[in-house]
Amino acid sequence: MASHGIKDQVAIIGMGCTSFKEHWDRGTDDLLVDAVTETLESAGVAKDDVDAWWLGTAQSGMSGVTLAAPLKLAGKPVTRVENYCATGSEALRQACYAVASGAYDVACAVGVEKVKDSGYQGLNAFPIPTDGTQRTLTAAAMFSLVAPAYAERYGIDPDVLRRTLARIASKNHANGAKNPRAQFRREMSVDAICKMPAVAGMLSVFDCAGVADGAAAAVVVRAEDAHRYTDQPLYVKALSFVAGSGSGLLDPGFDYTHFVECEAAAKDAYAQAGITDPRRELAMAEVHDCFTPTELVLMEDLGFSERGQAWRDVEDGVFDLNGDLPVNTDGGLKSFGHPVGASGLRMLFECWLQLRGEAPDDRQIDTVERGLALTHNLGGYPGEMVSFVGIWGNRPG
Amino acid sequence: MRGIISAAGYLPHWRLPGASVAAVTGGSPPRGARTVASYDEDALTMAVAAGRSALAAAPERAPAALWFSTTSPTYLEKTNATIAHAALRLAGDVPAADAAGGLRGTAASLRAALRSTEPAVLLLAGDVRTGPSGSPEERDGGDAGAAVLVGDGDEHELAAVHLGGASATREFLDRWREPGDLRTRAWEERFGEQRYAELATTAWEEGLKDAGLDLADVARVAISGPHARAAAGLAKRLGAAGVDVADSLADAVGFTGAAHPALLLASLLEDADPGQVVALVSLADGADTFFFRATEAVAARRPAATVTDQVAAGDDSLSYAKYLSWRGVLPVQPPNRPEPARMSASAAERRLDWKYGFVGSRDRDTGALHLPPARVSFVGGNVDDMDPAPMADVPATVATFTVDSLAYSPSPPVVFAVCDFDGGGRLPIELTDVRPDDVSIGMAVEMTFRRLNTADGIANYFWKARPVRGGAGDERGR
Repeated sequence: MASHGIKDQVAIIGMGCTSFKEHWDRGTDDLLVDAVTETLESAGVAKDDVDAWWLGTAQSGMSGVTLAAPLKLAGKPVTRVENYCATGSEALRQACYAVASGAYDVACAVGVEKVKDSGYQGLNAFPIPTDGTQRTLTAAAMFSLVAPAYAERYGIDPDVLRRTLARIASKNHANGAKNPRAQFRREMSVDAICKMPAVAGMLSVFDCAGVADGAAAAVVVRAEDAHRYTDQPLYVKALSFVAGSGSGLLDPGFDYTHFVECEAAAKDAYAQAGITDPRRELAMAEVHDCFTPTELVLMEDLGFSERGQAWRDVEDGVFDLNGDLPVNTDGGLKSFGHPVGASGLRMLFECWLQLRGEAPDDRQIDTVERGLALTHNLGGYPGEMVSFVGIWGNRPG
Repeated sequence: MRGIISAAGYLPHWRLPGASVAAVTGGSPPRGARTVASYDEDALTMAVAAGRSALAAAPERAPAALWFSTTSPTYLEKTNATIAHAALRLAGDVPAADAAGGLRGTAASLRAALRSTEPAVLLLAGDVRTGPSGSPEERDGGDAGAAVLVGDGDEHELAAVHLGGASATREFLDRWREPGDLRTRAWEERFGEQRYAELATTAWEEGLKDAGLDLADVARVAISGPHARAAAGLAKRLGAAGVDVADSLADAVGFTGAAHPALLLASLLEDADPGQVVALVSLADGADTFFFRATEAVAARRPAATVTDQVAAGDDSLSYAKYLSWRGVLPVQPPNRPEPARMSASAAERRLDWKYGFVGSRDRDTGALHLPPARVSFVGGNVDDMDPAPMADVPATVATFTVDSLAYSPSPPVVFAVCDFDGGGRLPIELTDVRPDDVSIGMAVEMTFRRLNTADGIANYFWKARPVRGGAGDERGR
């Protein structure tokens, strides 16, 4: 029994991504049609060429009909998946496995979320009947628990950590300002972010991901077929996923300074891809910066920084656009918002642009010759979460 | 012998000084302060708190019946006492019923319990006294819970032996409230004053006779009346005759409605010396008198948190505006988040011991504690190999915390902490009775039964943690 992965067995041959914003004039159906149309054009395939579809949406629709009806897909298998905030990556993961298994030649993964029709701020989970004892805290508050725990464990002055977290937000806003698809395109200084009033623990709204609608999609084929469609496919190097047992909520040993699910998913992914030094082997990473402390801790969970050192690496600019390992070069959830079903595929879309040299000049990374990119999602809360890690490369081997 | 096994009062943490009210409504500042049930407390939760205290003072005695009295019930039609039954984890063969609606329910329950053949009856009482801004109930009322465990026993088992008592009843209109109404209305109080004086005198004299006592035998009397005038006549007469009339708690607590006779009884017994005869007079659409003799066991049966301790504690920083919003008198804008969905009746019933009793499960093999209870252990993975782990009385410590200004709450912001229990076990849970600035890592907390929210008319009860206060009743002193 082992996790073997499907390294270099399948490849991405086309992608599309809508702009992420408050699409008051676009419904779920419109976003799906827009993303799929762009994706099929990118791949150079027709709708009927796709043998099977996977749709990721957390709560914008149920069943494959959510995709089949607006696209008028006739007689095709369409599967709707949900896996918290890793929903988009989960759709892609299933499509990759389906092609790798030999069941289908061409598969398409689509992710969508229409968040802004709820009438409320933020993301709000669909209520499942319960005994009424569950926590009702916002995600911002749950992740805010990480900041004081991290400061205490590593002896960092909370005011210093406040600026470190602001620097993460500022970096992602700077990257997003260069991205026409991003929801927020304004640079924010560290000082300005630090002046915002706290809404959850020490976090202000500028420590939180935006809230936007959006959709993205990718077409997957067997690696040996990829060059029939494009000269620059992206090869799947690793796909890993961990659903946590929730033991962090029960275990007094959990100290809120790391996410075991993310560590485990990264470890598995690196093993699948044959990566031993991610900080130097990866050209870039798109990580789940739902809140600034999340990105901080992820730098350690994903092995980019030593334990207790991520805050220094952030301050040193290691993860800046022109740093040693650029992180969230498209602006991240911070600039894009987080349409749950779409985010994972949106991250892959940035890798698609960067590793193929198609990112705009002012956003193109210097590290592209390394040829490998990582995408990461998490969903849930510290102590009880799911985590996805994918690794993608612009050449086989 | 029949008597009181133990008795306890519960006063909520918050106080509203009369001066805070007068600063808004004008007029001369009234008496000291009233107790205020927090936004997540009601008559039932306060009664449960008192019940936990009374039962803890007599750990070897299990109630054979539970009766709950209040004029501010959570439910009509549905019995409220069964929720207390679940929270106190009483056995399935213990009946639980309400004596709700009228103020006299408490005295009538006490009288019935003292005459009952049940080995032990737990009387719970609670009330949230409120009214429109500027109303007598707001000014003179207080919020509290109280519990009295009545039963059989000898001198070593009872805190006080019941000597006798009497009742007097006559229909007259003094105070009334329509169901669902915020306002309690009153006839001219001088009418009630005279009627109560007559009824009290009759019940007092007949009660003395029933108990075989002379006036001189009575060391102390506590008189519970719905307004100051109601009790004034008897208090004056007994005082002149040399009986020590106990503080009615009007200045520090307020009249706590259905809770008040039981609260005063708990207070009387706290202060009673062995051998002393004490009397309780309850005036509520009639008069009931009770005469008790404190036993040698009275000190041993004293609850950990006395009424006196709780009067001395409390937080008077509550603003009048916040008080009005808690009582629904002043509507306030909630955060723009979805309101909580109603709980599922069947899901709640499946988790009865967890939701109401705060019982987790403990792995028999590894000792790993699970909150909520689980079938599969997070340490070692054993399946269905756990014992129930009652955690309501286990102290805990704040491991980390946050303040959430975005989440829906009847009184934002939500203060939330990851709490580690002494002896192992963790639960991330909401804090209450605390100001956000006062929370710190390492703070000692205790569990308290609260009403989280109400949706579709369904009150959602569960537990929260609150700081252990450093009062005299805090034996842990952490």
